[in-house]
Amino acid sequence: MSRVTAFLTRRRGGPGSILGWHWTDIVTFGWLAAGLIVMFGPALWLILSSFKTPAQLVEFPPSFLPFEARTAVVEGFDEPLPLYVVTDEQGPRTLAEVRRVGTVAQMVDPANPAEVQRVDIADRVPDRQFGLALENYTEPFVHFDFLLYLRNSVFVTLVATAITLLTNSMAAFALSKYQFRGRNAVMLTVLATLMIPLSVILVPLYSIISAVGLFNSLWGVILPTVATPTGIFLLRQYMLTIPDELLEAARMDHASEWQIYWRIVLPLTAPALAVLAIFSVVWRWNDFLWPLVVLSRREVYTLQVGLNTYAGELNVQWQYILSMTVVTMIPVVIVFIFLQRFITTGIAGTGLK
Amino acid sequence: MPRVSEIAGAVVTAPLAWAAQAIDPALRFWQRLTGQGGMAAFFLLPNMTVFGLFVILPLIFNFAYSMTSGTALFLADREFVGLAQFQRLLDCSDFTDPATCQEDQFLIAVRNTALFVVLQVTLLIVTATITALILNRELRGRSFWRAVFFFPVLLSPVVVGLIWRWILQRDGLLNAGMAGVGLEPINWLIERNWAFAAAIGVTIWAHLGFYTLILLAGLQAIPKDLYEAAEMDGTRPGRVFWRITLPLLMPNLLVVIVLALIRAVQVFDEAFVLTGGGPGTATLFLTQYIYEVGFASLLKNPGLAAAASILMGGVLVVLTLLQLAIGKRNEKRAKLK
Repeated sequence: MSRVTAFLTRRRGGPGSILGWHWTDIVTFGWLAAGLIVMFGPALWLILSSFKTPAQLVEFPPSFLPFEARTAVVEGFDEPLPLYVVTDEQGPRTLAEVRRVGTVAQMVDPANPAEVQRVDIADRVPDRQFGLALENYTEPFVHFDFLLYLRNSVFVTLVATAITLLTNSMAAFALSKYQFRGRNAVMLTVLATLMIPLSVILVPLYSIISAVGLFNSLWGVILPTVATPTGIFLLRQYMLTIPDELLEAARMDHASEWQIYWRIVLPLTAPALAVLAIFSVVWRWNDFLWPLVVLSRREVYTLQVGLNTYAGELNVQWQYILSMTVVTMIPVVIVFIFLQRFITTGIAGTGLK
Repeated sequence: MPRVSEIAGAVVTAPLAWAAQAIDPALRFWQRLTGQGGMAAFFLLPNMTVFGLFVILPLIFNFAYSMTSGTALFLADREFVGLAQFQRLLDCSDFTDPATCQEDQFLIAVRNTALFVVLQVTLLIVTATITALILNRELRGRSFWRAVFFFPVLLSPVVVGLIWRWILQRDGLLNAGMAGVGLEPINWLIERNWAFAAAIGVTIWAHLGFYTLILLAGLQAIPKDLYEAAEMDGTRPGRVFWRITLPLLMPNLLVVIVLALIRAVQVFDEAFVLTGGGPGTATLFLTQYIYEVGFASLLKNPGLAAAASILMGGVLVVLTLLQLAIGKRNEKRAKLK
């Protein structure tokens, strides 16, 4: 809030302004305010909705906060009865519902359970308090396969990122520190792969993956993604700044080329490796089309594919879909909060995405 | 006392260092045998194997698939038909009317994608430019505002699609808000034109921050003395924008436009989760067509899907070459300065 007020006090002023506000100040303020609502609002709404009970989710208009119905144990009834606030000619009071017939409810006063009153349902609203439907978060893990999906997604993300870092840094090392025949041809190949997105080679890639027996396997999801041209370019660019004298000195000391790579060049490339690692984690966690094609059995689904499958069912169970969407969002939000600086400089510097 | 992060780091790196040391003798032997050329080959091998197996080979196979027919998955079992698949895709007596085409779904997908590309990229670039201009002003808490616009970029397409499906559904938040101010509710994802507009809006929402960030970097690279000189001459802000900001931002703007075009042509995930291509075929785009024909439909036709993907790939190659040419030119200009 302090940012907003600080912003409010800053303006252009000068000639052509209304009450000290230049029109560009007004546009700026409007744009940022709208941006705050439009960009943050949907995610906030998702999180609030994910804590609502199924009954509350189908309400229209929806309430802002998640509520739970208050109930009361009434003498003579085994189950706790839901409470309602009734406002009719007898004045406002809180009653418990015994049963409902059409538009008329039979209700009792919890203090006086013997006397049953008949109330028109138009005259009452559920009595409720703020409460989180935490079972939305526990049920999908217990009764559905979401724990499995989560495990698969974590596996794919971590393994793919580790292999990406290794293979890309090795290739970048060769392309930045060695002069050899065919280097330009290799660089051109890497550049060419930039032009061929997955959606263009979907059919033949699928047949190759099937031919090597990786259909319905998490390795089939991982392997085609690990050789990223953007990763090679990013690391190569960084390795070019490492002075060759350093490598020569190590060779004098009889270090092998392999030792030069992992003892000297790799540690010095750590900042670029960190950027690539962050991007790789986000890419692999979010991958959708390729896992959708390769994985057809529920046991191997990743979170994204599993979530899409549940959301595509005829009878969508929104209370679970929403909570699992939040779970799917969490790792990326954590990455964003703690590593935003790396990501923004990475994008602004290289146009990486 | 070593810190926790140091201990954790050592736990991860120690086995790696041990493994790296363990394979060193073998690699020394290889180095003595083949010299630097052999080492270069060794370092390139893993990456190039993956490229070869999973990018280059599929690319070649793609042409083979596009010239065969049948439902068999492996090339050896497929029948050669020449260019028949391409003919089938483009067999229309009237290109303005999909109903006259043999493969009407393809023409619908092409038309939807073309319209989507034009509208989405235009709106996206205009919005991103305005946002970047505003974030480039003297603003308290700029990194906060930048984060506000950027954070959806990292969300997965499935999450984005589901968030907006939840908001745009019949009894969703948007309709509740509209009812609150006395407007008639709209069936956003059921009515054809609104569903198309929703696909455009949601993809813009998801990617706006990415393009804003690149444009903001471009704006911040414009020398401040130009603006100071303009201010001293009392130039109006509009004139400053057209005469200074826009020309100097042009290199970044071109890069961003081509990047946005490349991604818009391939639009799939967010739209697929949001609308599933519907209602009917209102939001059926090219990538979804390829996916449906190649994998999802009952009558799979890998050859037809491959032919369609080659046509889409052609467009993408042209756009990528354009991107590289612009990048080269910008680099040259930067050097000249």
